[in-house]
Amino acid sequence: MYEYLDQDEDRQVHADGPPSAEATGRAVIRLLATRLLTTLVTLAGVAVIVFFVIRVVPGNPIAMMLPPGATDEDIARLSALYGLDKPMVTQFGIWVAGVLQGDFGTSITTRQPVLDLVLGRLPATLELAIMALVLAVILGGTAALIGTRFRGGRREGAIDVANGMALSVPDFLWGLVLILLFGVLWPIFHISGRVTPSLDLPFTTDFYLFESLLRLRFDLWADIVAHMFMPALALAIPLAAIIGQLLKQSLKETMNLDYVTLARTKGYGETRVILREALRNAALPTLTLVGVQFTFLIGGTVIIERLFSYEGLGNMAIDAVINRDLPLIQGIVLLFALIFTGVNLIVDLLYAVLNPRLRHA
Amino acid sequence: MLDAKGMDGRSLIRRRAGLRLWLSAGWLTLLCLAALFAPWIAPKDPLAQDLFLGRMPPFWMAGSEPGYWLGTDSLGRDVLSRIIHGARVALTVALVAGVITCLIGATLGLLAGFLRGWVDMVISRLIDIWMAFPPVLFSILLIAVLGPGLISIIIAIVVIDWTRFARVVRAEAMAQGAMDYVASARVAGRGRIGIMLREILPNVLPTICVLLTLEMGIAVIVEAILSFVNLSISTDDPTWGGMISEGRTAIHQAWWVLVFPLITLFLTVLSFSQLGEGLKDRFDPVLR
Amino acid sequence: MTYLSIRDLSVRLKGGPSLLRRVSLDVEPGEVRGLVGESGAGKSMIGKAVLGILPPSVEITGGQILLDGTDLLTLPPKDRRRRIGASCALIPQDPLTALNPSHRIGPQITDRLVDILGWTRADAEARAKALLAEVQIPDPDRVLRAYPHELSGGMRQRILIASAFAAEPKLIVADEPTTALDVTVQKQILKLIAGMQARHGTALLFVTHDLGVVSKVCQYLSVLYAGMVVEDATVVDFFAAPRHAYSAALLAATPKYTDPAAGLNPVPDAVIDAVRAEVAAFDRGSA
Repeated sequence: MYEYLDQDEDRQVHADGPPSAEATGRAVIRLLATRLLTTLVTLAGVAVIVFFVIRVVPGNPIAMMLPPGATDEDIARLSALYGLDKPMVTQFGIWVAGVLQGDFGTSITTRQPVLDLVLGRLPATLELAIMALVLAVILGGTAALIGTRFRGGRREGAIDVANGMALSVPDFLWGLVLILLFGVLWPIFHISGRVTPSLDLPFTTDFYLFESLLRLRFDLWADIVAHMFMPALALAIPLAAIIGQLLKQSLKETMNLDYVTLARTKGYGETRVILREALRNAALPTLTLVGVQFTFLIGGTVIIERLFSYEGLGNMAIDAVINRDLPLIQGIVLLFALIFTGVNLIVDLLYAVLNPRLRHA
Repeated sequence: MLDAKGMDGRSLIRRRAGLRLWLSAGWLTLLCLAALFAPWIAPKDPLAQDLFLGRMPPFWMAGSEPGYWLGTDSLGRDVLSRIIHGARVALTVALVAGVITCLIGATLGLLAGFLRGWVDMVISRLIDIWMAFPPVLFSILLIAVLGPGLISIIIAIVVIDWTRFARVVRAEAMAQGAMDYVASARVAGRGRIGIMLREILPNVLPTICVLLTLEMGIAVIVEAILSFVNLSISTDDPTWGGMISEGRTAIHQAWWVLVFPLITLFLTVLSFSQLGEGLKDRFDPVLR
Repeated sequence: MTYLSIRDLSVRLKGGPSLLRRVSLDVEPGEVRGLVGESGAGKSMIGKAVLGILPPSVEITGGQILLDGTDLLTLPPKDRRRRIGASCALIPQDPLTALNPSHRIGPQITDRLVDILGWTRADAEARAKALLAEVQIPDPDRVLRAYPHELSGGMRQRILIASAFAAEPKLIVADEPTTALDVTVQKQILKLIAGMQARHGTALLFVTHDLGVVSKVCQYLSVLYAGMVVEDATVVDFFAAPRHAYSAALLAATPKYTDPAAGLNPVPDAVIDAVRAEVAAFDRGSA
């Protein structure tokens, strides 16, 4: 009876070997290569579309920049100067050749190199987007953690309702609401600009927020934060809601897994179990979606910068469209496309790095 | 494991979702009626200027003018009447742009997701390219090209937002295409287009309806954003975005010019999305 | 005094049916008690109640869980948690899901020693290494640095066993520890658990549906039906002559590996009806 335990042939147990580092490395390189290729195709597509679309714009940009008394001869001369008299395909070839050498042309309205203009404004937009991302992660993460800690209770219900509201309304409207609340009703933040104009700025770069910190000029830093807090918050609210929802859902699923139960028997409290056992595994699926959403956030800076008169890339872009500044529009759109595809690429790599299953140990 | 308490919680969620659905539908109906009968409902002519009546506060405040319930803007135009007339533009854009976007986007998504192959390749690549454009900038660019006007706005929204439908419907159609019932329909000798329309489409339809509702809300916002940067329709015609833009500049002198259109816009966008969410819950067999 | 003494423990689904009906049982250090019953009989529920990991949809409606003389159910939650963490451990059912995929093996064995018991990290690591050697894992240094997905199921179950014994617990609950494993590995793991238990003198609650396993590993057993203990006996007595009709039928239903010709003998309907009537009578009596 019940003999099977006694048939003794105790085999030595071996660990399954991990997939060889070489194979994993090859897979990552192949993934990277295809991703880079599709990114290039995407960028080329963007370049073609933006170039030809804006050339359908009615209204001669050259005529717009000259005083009303300008003769046709003047217009023709300036058009030739900007290469606008050549056939469109030739213009495109010249532009692409320039871009590949780092020359994005000259702005028609300011007569400065597009690259300088764009790079001068990029830091402002990057700072705004990063601050918004940080705010979104803090707000959304906190909401998800509190919702998970008190799941099934009234607090979770309240968080769900707040998330739903935040998600339903886009950043533009949140910006207006914030202006009313903290710009007019209880004016604790600035509603326009990037920094108080009367302040003396000792900066050598355009990363005001970071440089003021590095120079330990906390007075300037506070002023800059007071300017960018509301636009950043407006951008952050919808993303925070997405992070909050996804992370909470994923945390709640993780909290039912066996290894979390095992951790509970070890004597840990609920909060510590959530933070140490569940958070990291739950955050992984949230990450890829947040990456895509972050590109939406960057896209949102265009109108939010306009709303808050924040001197960034988006605000410049709208001016460029209104002024028919073709080279500048091309440069800005291409830069945005570069940022979007770059963010997606980074998120993919980050996912690979953070997931121990993909990382070769 | 479902205990009695969990059941209560769920029915509570459902009841609350039902309430949300009804409130949203109610607000949108009200808005539709206001838009349809705007000339009869609006207390004043939305275009009539009266510089003597500039920046009158709403009715409950000191210094308000009878008949101008929600005050007047800097040109003395009645805010309430402009909001009511603005609903016409907003709802037209929502309805027309939403439906056209839906038709084009869903068709492309269905084709890509079900036919696969080179069709999918081309459409997916297009979606990738579209996703690399900042949408607001793209729409402003398009309006600059097309010139301001209602038609331009609708075209701009369609051109930009078809990817929203295409992306989701493509994924959904792909998932449905892998199901056994599609295989058995194929075995039964149905053609590809037949399968797509008779087997796949009905299963993707709920998703499309939800997306359509959400898209209508987005269209309202896009119109407001374009009005805000003065690219929508002519500045005289009342639009919510145009009013908000005016209100933003005079925010310290006459907050009501900003606040009331903002509230209207907020409620409308919220209603569309809550309606979408509510429909999603209705369609979701797990919650039902 | 008995180490673990469960008295009249009743558990039910919140607002729903009973899952445990006044369960009483004792386990002494060095003893192994099997909890046997068909699925849904509540055998896992007992272990979960002891370890304080009942699902939130379930509530304890009465009884005591005395651990070393202290009723766990009357302790404040934090004290209870710490006490369980310091003196009890779980060997889970499925080794594939019971290790956290994003932490290395080492910290998953040593975390309790460092965080709850206040060991130094170096001591805890030395202990982990010794334990891995004890559960016959080759190359403990490498395994401690590995992630769970790099190891086989049997390997992971050995790690979970090592981890359970890490803090020299007085009581271990093994919740069907071999069900998820290959048959070839099952036997090794059972031997390992039994050997470790004997060497460390731990009290062991062994949850299983397999009477064959009970006969090899346990000294005592409780047979459960619908959350009620229908028989509480020593293994020797039980296999010689089960007292309750249901447990006798359960024993007869167990396939005998030495005699495949005997075939399967499902529990007869009459026996099921009788034991159901017993449960119903119990419910009427306690209502």
